Amino acid sequence: MDLGNVASLSLFYPEIVLAGTILVLTILDLVVANKRAMAYLGLAGCLVALGATVDLYGTEPTLLFHRMVALDNFSLFFKVVTLAALVGAIWMSIGSGEVRQVHLGEYYIVLLTCGFGMFFMASANNLLMAYLGLELVSLTSYILTGMLPHNRRSAEAALKYLIYGGVASGTMIYGMSWVFGMAGSLDYATINAAMAEGGGNQIALFMAFVFILAGFGYKMAFAPFHMWSPDVYQGAPTPFTGFLSVASNAAGVAILIRFFYPAVSTLGQEGAWAFQALPALQWTDLLVALSIITMTWGNLSALNQRNVKRLLAYSGIAHAGYIMMGLVVLNNDGLNAMLFYVVVYLIMNLGAFLVVMIVANATGREDMDAYRGLAWRGAAFPAVCMMVFLASLTGLPPMAGFIGKLLLVAAIIEGQFYVLAVVAMINTVVSLYYYWRIVKTMFLDEPAPEDGPVAATASAMPLLGALMVLTIVLGVYWAPLLDYTTGSLGFFMP
Amino acid sequence: MTEHVLSYMVFFPLAGMLIVLCLPSDRHDLIRWVSAAATVPPLLLGIWLYANFDTTTTGMQFVERAAWIPAFNIEYYVGVDGLSVSMVLLTALLSFLCIFASWNIDKGVKGYFALFLLLDTGMTGVFVALDFVLFYVFWEVMLLPMYFLIGIWGGPRKEYAAIKFFLYTLLGSVLMLVAILALYFYSEPNTFDMTKLMDRSSLFSTEPLGMWPFNVWGWGFQHVVWMALFIGFAIKIPAFPFHTWLPDAHVEAPTAISVILAGILLKMGTYGILRINYPMLPEATADLAFWFLAALGAWNIIYGGLCAMAQTDMKKLVAYSSVSHMGYVMLGMAAFNTQGINGAVLQMFNHGTITAMLFLLVGVIYDRAHHRDIDGFGGLASIMPVYAGFTALAFFASMGLPGLSGFVSEVLVLLGAWPKYHALTIVAALGIVITAGYMLWMMQRVYLGPPNEKYRSLPEINGREIFTLFPLGVIVVIVGVYPRVVLDLLQASLNNINQMVIAHLS
Repeated sequence: MDLGNVASLSLFYPEIVLAGTILVLTILDLVVANKRAMAYLGLAGCLVALGATVDLYGTEPTLLFHRMVALDNFSLFFKVVTLAALVGAIWMSIGSGEVRQVHLGEYYIVLLTCGFGMFFMASANNLLMAYLGLELVSLTSYILTGMLPHNRRSAEAALKYLIYGGVASGTMIYGMSWVFGMAGSLDYATINAAMAEGGGNQIALFMAFVFILAGFGYKMAFAPFHMWSPDVYQGAPTPFTGFLSVASNAAGVAILIRFFYPAVSTLGQEGAWAFQALPALQWTDLLVALSIITMTWGNLSALNQRNVKRLLAYSGIAHAGYIMMGLVVLNNDGLNAMLFYVVVYLIMNLGAFLVVMIVANATGREDMDAYRGLAWRGAAFPAVCMMVFLASLTGLPPMAGFIGKLLLVAAIIEGQFYVLAVVAMINTVVSLYYYWRIVKTMFLDEPAPEDGPVAATASAMPLLGALMVLTIVLGVYWAPLLDYTTGSLGFFMP
Repeated sequence: MTEHVLSYMVFFPLAGMLIVLCLPSDRHDLIRWVSAAATVPPLLLGIWLYANFDTTTTGMQFVERAAWIPAFNIEYYVGVDGLSVSMVLLTALLSFLCIFASWNIDKGVKGYFALFLLLDTGMTGVFVALDFVLFYVFWEVMLLPMYFLIGIWGGPRKEYAAIKFFLYTLLGSVLMLVAILALYFYSEPNTFDMTKLMDRSSLFSTEPLGMWPFNVWGWGFQHVVWMALFIGFAIKIPAFPFHTWLPDAHVEAPTAISVILAGILLKMGTYGILRINYPMLPEATADLAFWFLAALGAWNIIYGGLCAMAQTDMKKLVAYSSVSHMGYVMLGMAAFNTQGINGAVLQMFNHGTITAMLFLLVGVIYDRAHHRDIDGFGGLASIMPVYAGFTALAFFASMGLPGLSGFVSEVLVLLGAWPKYHALTIVAALGIVITAGYMLWMMQRVYLGPPNEKYRSLPEINGREIFTLFPLGVIVVIVGVYPRVVLDLLQASLNNINQMVIAHLS
């Protein structure tokens, strides 16, 4: 189905709700003095949009707005992920001491706009739309990163992010222009048809894909386009860092999958995709190499970090590498594992940043020393939760992160990429070392005399508890989530 | 009740853990007694299991299965055969005794006992799991509590020891995970069911792979998977050169945790090889057994023994003696005959009880003198005669004195290994002499001679400590005099496992 502008609106209500919330917030910001109320309104708007998205789930795949936007389970899945991340981020922001320093009205408006941009990254069915969605997310991210007043790190991070982002999107749009030149259109269906006929010059196409991959990869933070991430993670307000780490990654996965699968490949028997655009060049090898470099680089760089947010940034790079493994196998099992991992990563990483925020609220610090003896300083519950999240990030059963990794590794072993599997597994062991340094600091080290008691932020406790329980429950019984991600692999096929 | 006996054994301690977590943290005695109570039902059920175990059949008994994740055919599937039932009994017994051995822990009591009970669940689970994913989950569930138990309640270098243990074991288990997935996708239809995979062992190809270096060695898929699993298990055993975590972990761990480590965790390595490598990858087992089980086992015996001889710390000496004694298990099971394989598993059981005694005994003296330096004592036998009596029993059992359990299993191993590996058997027999050397030497330096005036007033071993040692001592004597109490359990199942490999021996 292919709908026009007005007809599309009836299937566009999650976005309408979200956009409406943003507009109402903008007006309220001018008239209301109590800015904290805006957080609750934003939260309510996101929850309504979440309900609307869930309600739409399962609708027949449709193209909206003259083929610009695809409405299918795949995009709805990523909208749910984005909204969940928004809900988590707003909840975190309510309790965050850092966020209290910024202009709250603008903060929430720009945060919601960033989420709004991610909706389009997930559902773009046209390279132009994909670019616009990605740029909307990037621009709002720059603003949010630099939002902390009188904070040099924050300003530096924003500038660095802006420059890297500018270069990456420039590269990407250059690649898109090559694709446009060879396919004659920016519409995914037309591109697909052109690719099925052989595409064009193999080298040119390969270069175009590499350029586009660079742009998308920048969003997911995979090597060598990851340089921005440690500074941005460290400089940005913690709730936004948490949001960025999970949602930006998810949106990157969404845009990547939609371009490289439905747009340029063909679905064959039993969920196997034929990447027929580049028969002569070893596309898969490139992905394997990128994945190995990303995870190894991320993990090795994380080993010596003393700042926990920076450490989590490098861990995020490593996880981008793990997620990339799902792309390599060119089948639905791999994609399914990626979607599963996105959800699991959302839960555990948001949880980890929540604990970072709780500690920063109490101590004003983010370095490892602030965690010394945390469990014995009145913050036993956050410390235990952090241990669960870190165990999950490492991939230890019975945490959800283990299942995520299991599915990814299962997919690549099924595809017989044994070397990649072994490298990924050894990376897991490396990552244990730095994640466990935090655990060691929290539990094994005695608090120093100058370490005061840590009062845990009360408003964050329900969210923290929920994320921890989810991490464990999904590690023990994950069939429902797996069914959900399997169902979400419904694409609008051009 | 009876159809869920294994699940009760696995999850009783977990329920105990949840109860302990709900107790107020300053009621130390209450926490201790609740924890002890949580380990009693598994012990009683274990005795019931022993009484009702059918020793004539080779199949899995007390089986329970339920769908867990249908999309991947993952099941909750547990059961025991002769091999696992002996280990389950050992686990139930040692867990119960170790609660009492932990009675004097007074820092973070609640956390300690909660983690201990979680560890208990993980250990029992590993021995009963028959689904690969379940097995792996239990295998890893043990790591977290173990890390904290060593890392929080351990000695001066506890942090180093804890992370070293964790990193080594995780490295082994991730390789194991790759191997498990490879088996899953190689079997047709795909399954994680361990009993089905044993039946389908012929599916796993031994055709040499084209990739270097496997083409040079002539290794096929089966050999590579065998090796990945073997490294995981060898780290647990621990076999040379993966043994270096063991002395560190043992020395730093609190007494009860050393007992659990040596008594149960080390057995998981050899258990895994017998449960997984032997029946699922029989051809690779037949090809690789000489170098990686027999020769490495003999090397472990000598190397561990010589290292033990050089130690000045009692706990480190016992730790290296474990390296040495686990070598007999490896050698015995590589013999592929009735004596060898039965001796190997009996040695697993005996080592579990004897080393547990040794660590408990070292713990007793450490609690009193606060050091474990072998040369720092002298004449303890005249100060603490009852304690010295127990020590003598454990030492003699460890060096294989006839009439005590260590003798039976070592003789069976050597008898089994002789027809197949003459030279290695001679080397292994030398190991007994080395064991006698370091054990007697330690005995002489610590217990005999003129009493050290410094320790003239050391109190005699108390009732609680005797309570932890006595049952083990009784088992050591009974198994030594009448080994059939354990051997009868093992025989049918082990011969079955053995037959699967024998068919492929060249």
